[in-house]
Amino acid sequence: MDKHNELAEHSNHRYGKYILVWLGLLTLTAITVAVAGVNLGSITIATAIIIASIKSYLVLTVFMHLKSESKTFKIFVGVAVFFIIISLVLLFSDYSNM
Amino acid sequence: MSTQEHTAVAHLHRDDVRSRMGMWLFLFTELILFGGMFFLYAVYRFLHQADFHVAAKSMNILIGTVNTAILLTSSLTIALSIAALQNKKKILSLILQGITVIFGLLFLVNKYFEWSAEIHHGNYPGSPELISQSSGHILFFGLYYVMTGLHGLHVIIGMVVIMFMMRFTIKDVITPDHIVKLEAAGLYWHLVDIIWIFLFPLFYLIT
Repeated sequence: MDKHNELAEHSNHRYGKYILVWLGLLTLTAITVAVAGVNLGSITIATAIIIASIKSYLVLTVFMHLKSESKTFKIFVGVAVFFIIISLVLLFSDYSNM
Repeated sequence: MSTQEHTAVAHLHRDDVRSRMGMWLFLFTELILFGGMFFLYAVYRFLHQADFHVAAKSMNILIGTVNTAILLTSSLTIALSIAALQNKKKILSLILQGITVIFGLLFLVNKYFEWSAEIHHGNYPGSPELISQSSGHILFFGLYYVMTGLHGLHVIIGMVVIMFMMRFTIKDVITPDHIVKLEAAGLYWHLVDIIWIFLFPLFYLIT
């Protein structure tokens, strides 16, 4: 609760931070659309996924308050993301050998 | 008396953390639901690369981009509504929650026009035109309808949940000191946003 009261006191600061992150998210969207028009060959999809990951990181840490949550929450989310990556790596190590 | 009050507040605090953790656990089940579909997409895309590229050409990038901007902005408004209520600005918080619902509605209106256009072009599951296409093409549209459809359903659920939160805020069930319900609704809405952040490039920007 202390942490939240503290945050509430700096509410104006929070509004500014949220708006800044929102502008960042819109900019990244514009970049990803612009880059899609350029033919980058095989790295096109990688670029799109990397930009989407950065956007998700911003939403998770700032909008979803993960930064101000306790370590337990961060470990939870970290483990979830880790297993998604592991699943994808295993999936493609399987298919790339077909 | 003061110690009693202190204990009560401390108990409330623990309760809130648990509630948020419960919400996160629920969000992980959503991640499994959508994750499975993203894996399916990844494999089919890997197996039918050329078909996916051709099929994605019929996607309307403009509508996709506008919808991305709409959802990102709605994420901002719901985050601001929580900050506003914590700042004891109830009316402002209610307005921001209302704007979030309206953005959700705008997203769905765009989706309606987008799907109508695709269906008009004969790109719907089981249509004679789609069946005559290559299997990669059929798979692309199958995944498109299932994934964006399930995501759209989540947008509708999120809108209903936020409308309930507005009612709770009006009735003072949600107050600056007891805001966890609104926070949980916000978490859900942000997750729906994150899923769209990945759906957008995968379906619209791979041509």
